[in-house]
Amino acid sequence: MPSDVLAPLAIAAGVALLPVLTPIGEYHLHLVILMLIWGFVYTAWSVMGRFGLVSLGHGAFMGIGAYGVTLLWNEVGLSPWLGGPIAIAAAALFAVVIGWPCFRLRITGHYFALVTLAATEIVRLVIVALRDLTGGSLGTTPKTALAEGPVAIAALQFAAKEVWLYIALAFWLAGVSVWRAVDRSMLRYALEAAAQDEDAAASIGVDVTRAKLAITVLSAALTATGGIVYAQYQLYVAPETVSGIAVSLQIVFAVIAGGMFVQLGPTVGAVFTLALTEGLRVAIGHTIPSLDGLIYGLLLVLFIIYMPKGILGQALALVGRRRAARPRPAPA
Amino acid sequence: MAIFDVFLLEAVLNGLLFGGVLALLALGLNLIFGVIDVVWICYAELVMLGMYTVYFLYAVYGVPLLLAFAAAVLLVAALGALLHQLVIRPVLASEPINQLLVTGGVLFFLQAAATVAFGIDFRNLGISLPSLVVGEIFLPWSRILAAGTAFLAMLGVLLFLRRTFLGTAIRAIAQDRQIMPLVGADPNRLYLLTSAIGGGLAGLGACLLVLQYDVHPAIGLSFGPITFMICVMGGLGNLVGGFLAAFVFAQFISVGAFFFHVEWGYVMAFVFFVTVMFVRPQGLFAASGR
Repeated sequence: MPSDVLAPLAIAAGVALLPVLTPIGEYHLHLVILMLIWGFVYTAWSVMGRFGLVSLGHGAFMGIGAYGVTLLWNEVGLSPWLGGPIAIAAAALFAVVIGWPCFRLRITGHYFALVTLAATEIVRLVIVALRDLTGGSLGTTPKTALAEGPVAIAALQFAAKEVWLYIALAFWLAGVSVWRAVDRSMLRYALEAAAQDEDAAASIGVDVTRAKLAITVLSAALTATGGIVYAQYQLYVAPETVSGIAVSLQIVFAVIAGGMFVQLGPTVGAVFTLALTEGLRVAIGHTIPSLDGLIYGLLLVLFIIYMPKGILGQALALVGRRRAARPRPAPA
Repeated sequence: MAIFDVFLLEAVLNGLLFGGVLALLALGLNLIFGVIDVVWICYAELVMLGMYTVYFLYAVYGVPLLLAFAAAVLLVAALGALLHQLVIRPVLASEPINQLLVTGGVLFFLQAAATVAFGIDFRNLGISLPSLVVGEIFLPWSRILAAGTAFLAMLGVLLFLRRTFLGTAIRAIAQDRQIMPLVGADPNRLYLLTSAIGGGLAGLGACLLVLQYDVHPAIGLSFGPITFMICVMGGLGNLVGGFLAAFVFAQFISVGAFFFHVEWGYVMAFVFFVTVMFVRPQGLFAASGR
């Protein structure tokens, strides 16, 4: 089995057995679930980010997913099973509205980053401004369906953390599978060519606009899905935690820390950032707020300067170099 | 509602004054982009540090206000040069997007550092200047002073760039960074100077903002995005374009807030920005190409 199938499956098997084999507490279970959900979101971003399409606007898609499903449930009474797909479609549509003109007009690099940054701020401000509906900056909670019992399938609400572990795990596995599928597709070659030279790519028959739009819509839909899972798990959404610049930057930086160009890099980024935050919190408590942000910001600067491949990317490159030095009997 | 409404006029005038300060902030960022080709995502965080400097010197240690202002401008100018030397210089040769993201790391760092050092309290100088009253229109003096100072500072920077030897050198390196070393100029020294000027403008912006707004660690997030949008809309690196775009933006926010809620003003401004990008990707006021 190739390593890009084996590694995710091995990790998934290990995580799936966690509650069975170890007396893992609620708190640690919660951390693992968050790592999986954020790992999924970060992977969704890197699906397009690795092709030089650096979006600072993924908070918009996550916000549309999270608020879409919550508002449809609270205001219309629509089950997340229907509301989820609608929210995902809305995020995909938003991606087209922003992405199509951008790619058509060849807005790239700084300009693309700043346009998407504006997009995520628009979504955050609209959420805050519609405070009668959304609760404004205080956020809102989906109406609970857990009063009658611990499992509400129609409402996609579950009291037990174990259930969420398996749900988050399934989504994470799907996310890294999509990453692999893109990695092995023609679209990848088209996008890599376009990232280097749009004119040259177009001259050999790559429809650059369409290729970029396809990957953006895919990435947006996955990110919105992550927002939905996050909202249903936390049963609380706030504009600052699911949309806006803060989340968009958090996504980009975690991916850079983990490794943008390798399949499990974003997941490593999620594990690394959460472990850092929680580790510092346990080590020094709440006495110094934002110390994690301080170290995080410093590390990011150092990462970008000295280790632009990220933790996993750098580690794999080292292993690969050592392996290349040895003669190989047959190509794996 | 009558077509000519005195409160609408007040909103328009306040927008003009707000635009002056935004234009000053945009000028610093734009200068750095035009010369070094880097977007400082953390620009507004430098402004935040300048505001804290004024606050602590004036309100806590009792330093005279003008002296505190001067200290803030100098400190942020030094920070700008330091930022270039420590953070930007190592990534100058790597992909442009890395340069943008690395300053994003600095944004996190500065915001968290301010929270660690100063807490999340909102602080203000405790000065309230009176308002200029013309008929039924109230215009706060703090805003008039801010806009006036911003204009003078911008004029000063433009004269420096046009009339002095160093300014000419900066404009030259903005046009062609390969040729300048050949004529004996040290690009890094010019970059450091530009970063210091850009930082100094952020510091001056901080002095003008701290008269009107409370300072807290996250205040950068409320000015940063608008400043980037203004620079892009004016055509990144185009100083005059950024100046005009600042007023367009300020009107959207001020008049939008008058008709609806303040968030809607910002939403309209951002939507306008995105639309402009789609109609004129090179910026609203850019000459052909950049």
